[in-house]
Amino acid sequence: MPSNKSVSDAPITQFINCRILRDHKIQREDLWVREGKILDPEKLFFDEKGFADQRIDCKNKIIAPGFIDVQINGGYGVDFSQASGDISGGVALVAKKNLEHGVTSFCPTLVTSPTSVYHQVLPQIKVQNGGPHGAGVIGVHLEGPFISEEKKGAHPPKFLRTFKAGGVTDLLETYGQLDNVVMVTLAPELSNSGPVIQELVRRGITVSVGHSMADLSQAEEAVNQGASFITHLFNAMLPFHHRDPGIVGLLTSEKVPPGRRVFYGMIADGIHTHPAALRIAHRAHPTGLVLVTDAIAAMGLPSGHHTLGQQEIDIQGLHAYVAGTKTLSGSIATMDMCVRHFRKATGCSVEAALEAASLRPAESLGLNHRKGTLDFNTDADFVVLDDALTVQETYIMGQQVWKK
Amino acid sequence: MKLIILDDYDQTSEWAAKYIKKRIINFKPGPNKHFTLGLPTGGTPLGCYKKLIDFYKKGEVSFQYVKTFNMDEYVGLPRDHRESYHSFMWNNFFKHIDIRAENVHILDGNAPDLQQECQAFEDKIKAAGGIELFVGGIGPDGHIAFNEPGSSLVSRTRVKTLAMDTILANARFFDGDLSKVPNMALTVGVGTVMDAREVMILITGAHKAFALYKAIEEGVNHMWTVSAFQQHPQAIFVCDEDATHELRVKTVKYFKGMMHVHNKLVEP
Repeated sequence: MPSNKSVSDAPITQFINCRILRDHKIQREDLWVREGKILDPEKLFFDEKGFADQRIDCKNKIIAPGFIDVQINGGYGVDFSQASGDISGGVALVAKKNLEHGVTSFCPTLVTSPTSVYHQVLPQIKVQNGGPHGAGVIGVHLEGPFISEEKKGAHPPKFLRTFKAGGVTDLLETYGQLDNVVMVTLAPELSNSGPVIQELVRRGITVSVGHSMADLSQAEEAVNQGASFITHLFNAMLPFHHRDPGIVGLLTSEKVPPGRRVFYGMIADGIHTHPAALRIAHRAHPTGLVLVTDAIAAMGLPSGHHTLGQQEIDIQGLHAYVAGTKTLSGSIATMDMCVRHFRKATGCSVEAALEAASLRPAESLGLNHRKGTLDFNTDADFVVLDDALTVQETYIMGQQVWKK
Repeated sequence: MKLIILDDYDQTSEWAAKYIKKRIINFKPGPNKHFTLGLPTGGTPLGCYKKLIDFYKKGEVSFQYVKTFNMDEYVGLPRDHRESYHSFMWNNFFKHIDIRAENVHILDGNAPDLQQECQAFEDKIKAAGGIELFVGGIGPDGHIAFNEPGSSLVSRTRVKTLAMDTILANARFFDGDLSKVPNMALTVGVGTVMDAREVMILITGAHKAFALYKAIEEGVNHMWTVSAFQQHPQAIFVCDEDATHELRVKTVKYFKGMMHVHNKLVEP
């Protein structure tokens, strides 16, 4: 007798007539899902004698792993670093709204803030799975305050800190706790950064170098201590120089220990990184490129004048300006937009563009055994795209959570 | 015996697929009446499977009430190994059609008791009412399934040690490393295939020409196990021009002259 019950009673869905991104190739293959995980249909067939309970015709669309944004400061009027107001509500709003951009998990990012904000905000951001309520929260990315004064960018200088008390003590005193933190951006040239990097890595936290004056040897030393990421490459670091390529030199460094890979975030919005620079980075180190939006609270808001916290902002198309000026106030790119721009700007394959927003960020966080791919037994978080890479549908744990 | 001679591999594949389709449709299978089909693996039947998938996708045939029995499987090769016959059948045929898993039978080369597995396979064929149509291919040495030269022509499903020729030929699928090629297999016997109500053998390519000659123009001989089907009341050999190179002109002309009759077998 037909049976679907040898392992589980849960219904099995088969997505048919689709092209799926698996093993770095877009291939004509069905996608099978059960209990929120991607199912191996051959195993189902031979071991369980099972079959699909439901078939969904994808009408020849592309299915790719859901996008993962490891650096996003807010959006839709919400700034994660603002202690005032309802933080978890704000994260929830961004999580929900981001579904339409194909983002299935993200790392809410806090920029340099006073200690009190970390102590207040961090406990309120809960790591949780995604679902119809919104994209999953993988954990927090803390960008600062242990960064360089010279390369602080838009971070408020008065809250910058150093590791003057020895490192780990400063870290814990500043942040309060690290339980839900998955990434920390710091400047490795700060003295005592070594033990801090080691401690963070020991806790399973990805250490990123950024907002830094580090030269290449300092950056390489940080990598040897365990750092494995570069925050928004080219931005807030020494410009590339051929006698000391600085942090950028990590892309082709020979001092990266064997078996290790350095990833780097890229804001591919066409504004924050010149397409030629994007191409240089991608061609030098294609498997390290992680697309990030680095989006601010203005992301997702319509064109026009907005008041965000104490800031007045004019949004014109893809640009967000400090009101009345032509000074960029931050990125308002969405992840799907970055994927399309990245592909166009670099001429890379569709596969590479999609993986830069899924597989690579998952790898950079050490999560690729369960996210960022369509491999069997991983989380069934995925996006359905047309050939122009416009998101048509978003699924989390096998469940449709957004549809165009 | 019928010998169907077609121009090339594609036409051979299409003819065979059309024949299978027509046999299934004419059988009028249903929930209590399954069509039982014996199936081979390898390069020769690939084109035929592709055609059958096309027919299925166009809605011309359904495998919902078809039971399949595969000829053979390696011993000790993990089921999900890319070269296992399970993987072959899944990737090249089953995953594309509407066949039900419980109707698919492939020998388990990892069974704890291989002899018992072989006996169980024979029993399952019997329980399914025997095989209606057994489709097969042959090796250049004239072996059918893994019934290597010298196999008994009344053999049943059993464990078989592979001939060196077969191991060498298969090495290309295992990174050219002889030590990785399984040297044993479970296979239906010649007698098992002989019991089918009809047998269709596909033979294509010049490298199989000598085997085809041995199969149909010389006597029944256990060194060319496929020759056993000279004794089968319903055997069809489907081949391409290249495979006829060792046949007599007379043989080829005779069967080609009958193509207008034989082609009626596949007309809708």
